[in-house]
Amino acid sequence: MNRMLDLAIGLRIPIAIAAALLTGSLLIAAGSGDPVKAYGLLFKEAFLDYWGLSNTLVKTSPILLAALAVIVPLRAGLYNIGGEGQIYIGGLFATIAALHLDGVTVIVALPTVILAAMTGGALWAALAGALRAWRGINEVIVTLLLNFIAIHIVSYAVSGPMMAAGAPYPYSDEIPQSLRLPILMPQTDAHMGVIFGLTAAAAITFIFMRTSIGMALDVAGRSANAAQYAGLNVKRQIVLSMATGGALAGLAGGIEVLGLKYRLFHLFSAGYGFDGIVAAFMTNAHPALAPVSSFFLAGLQSGANVMQRAAGIDGTVVEAIVGIIIIFVAASLAWRTDLLRAFLRKGDRDEIPSVQVSRVESK
Amino acid sequence: MDALLDTGAIALLLAATVRLAVPVGFAALGGVIAERSGVYNVGLEGMILLGALGAAAGTLATGSPIAGCVVGVALGVAGGLLLGLLSITFHVNQLVAGIAINLLSAGLTAFLARGLIASLFGSSSVAGFSQVRLPGLAELPVIGSALFTQDPLAYALMVLTVLVAFVVYRTHAGLRLRAAGENPRAADSAGVNVTQVRFTALAMSGAFAALGGCHLVLSQIYMFSEGMSAGKGFIALAAVILGRWHPVGAVAAALFFGLCEALQLRLQFSNPNVPYQIFLILPYAASLLVLVWFFGRSRQPAAAGQVYERESR
Repeated sequence: MNRMLDLAIGLRIPIAIAAALLTGSLLIAAGSGDPVKAYGLLFKEAFLDYWGLSNTLVKTSPILLAALAVIVPLRAGLYNIGGEGQIYIGGLFATIAALHLDGVTVIVALPTVILAAMTGGALWAALAGALRAWRGINEVIVTLLLNFIAIHIVSYAVSGPMMAAGAPYPYSDEIPQSLRLPILMPQTDAHMGVIFGLTAAAAITFIFMRTSIGMALDVAGRSANAAQYAGLNVKRQIVLSMATGGALAGLAGGIEVLGLKYRLFHLFSAGYGFDGIVAAFMTNAHPALAPVSSFFLAGLQSGANVMQRAAGIDGTVVEAIVGIIIIFVAASLAWRTDLLRAFLRKGDRDEIPSVQVSRVESK
Repeated sequence: MDALLDTGAIALLLAATVRLAVPVGFAALGGVIAERSGVYNVGLEGMILLGALGAAAGTLATGSPIAGCVVGVALGVAGGLLLGLLSITFHVNQLVAGIAINLLSAGLTAFLARGLIASLFGSSSVAGFSQVRLPGLAELPVIGSALFTQDPLAYALMVLTVLVAFVVYRTHAGLRLRAAGENPRAADSAGVNVTQVRFTALAMSGAFAALGGCHLVLSQIYMFSEGMSAGKGFIALAAVILGRWHPVGAVAAALFFGLCEALQLRLQFSNPNVPYQIFLILPYAASLLVLVWFFGRSRQPAAAGQVYERESR
């Protein structure tokens, strides 16, 4: 019984996702579709079909980097809702750099462009971090506001100073051929971007598991007072973790330009910053799991269109199902497992020291 | 810029300002109520959509826009209660719960609109509210036509703003609301049921946001379209900040945002050389500056965003 319970608690995220998909099947059935057929098509197209998989991978890279952009500050106790804005500024910086480095050898130019993207995102996020650190202004509000400002700055840039000559609608010039990321799967759009995402996930996992930098962030996130007492510069941790998150989101924006779009235009990111928040929370802020959740979310999105075409079920249902998934996963993570255990073990409560039954966690 | 300066054009601009501000104003009122009770309502955007869908379906089913508003508000309340269930009962992070509600509402309303509205009612365009000229007041120069030649929902917003301000600052219920948001523990000690106050506040918050959606459908577009909230719920969150968590302030901020929107729309057509994005950025930049400048004097309710658990210390 107890082992079953431990297993259920350990697997609560997959269980919650399964429950959400089950709930979603009611929606599909309500839309007079066959849920089994619809899900079958959705997952087959998203993960098993060559073209579908390439489409999934294209979406995975920005979502994964945006998820990491949420996870790093979250470990330090900060909510970065500004991934979307950081993606835009990253894309802007990358495009400016790429357009100015035409003719420069790739070995120099590509790292410079990527560095520019990361710097742009980092600065944009550090602004929120600094306001939080020195003025105590809620980073949720600031990053949210900065999203809109960033989107409109890019809109201004591509319809004004960066607009391609003779362009029918606002977009920038194309970046030089030499700077475009190599394609991973021949004949498709699937580019190398996902390698960047996986490398970043591995690096951040290592930082949190093995280094004092990660440890310091974790401590600052759990208790600012304890961190201060231990001699950590909490203000610096705040700015640093936000800037690191911003750099990752900025990289996502840069890669979107270098790997897929090849130019900058208004609304070039399809809400990947917000998908990243979802992907991050599905992992309970664990960087090593972020590739899995991002791949899954990307697959749901890329499979949605096919489901619509083949099974006649409107693709918008997938958006609703993603909403249900977050609700279920978030509820399963927030669920007080210690209370659940205590409740289920009521029968043999005498054997449990009273300390275990009483509340351990406090806010 | 000359065209902007004659009185006829100013009156038109102001009328457009009010019209564009009403949905944001409703949602901002909802945001004030939720945050005053100690819960961020990031789900305003989704609740606007729920209200809009309800307004369209209710009006199509009954032929009466008032019934449409009732259905819309009911859906908004459901959204607010869902946020309460997640964030208060299940202790889900308020931001995550709000984002989940936004995604769910966006998908669900689009899905229902495509599947149900088209097949059940045949047509998607609804008979909404028409403008009502308030006798006497509407004759006032410039502001008369802007403020007093509006639809019933715009007048409802004016009345409700004053009402909410009165309730929040001058009544016992308002005191309990503010106590739940500032210091839930003290409020609890004084016999306030914090959970109940927050649930009630979120239900009202959803209702107000939904009224914003009703205005979009019944007074502006006359049909439901997918994603028609177009970020207004997030703009409302900014209006709450710019309005410094005061109902009148938040609606005034919504009017300012409406003016910026009206100006940028006009500039896009009349003066293509002036970058209209300035007016798109202005509301958000102003909100940021307010946060920085009024720092210390303007702050959010102290317990906003925090889970309140009775037994914890």
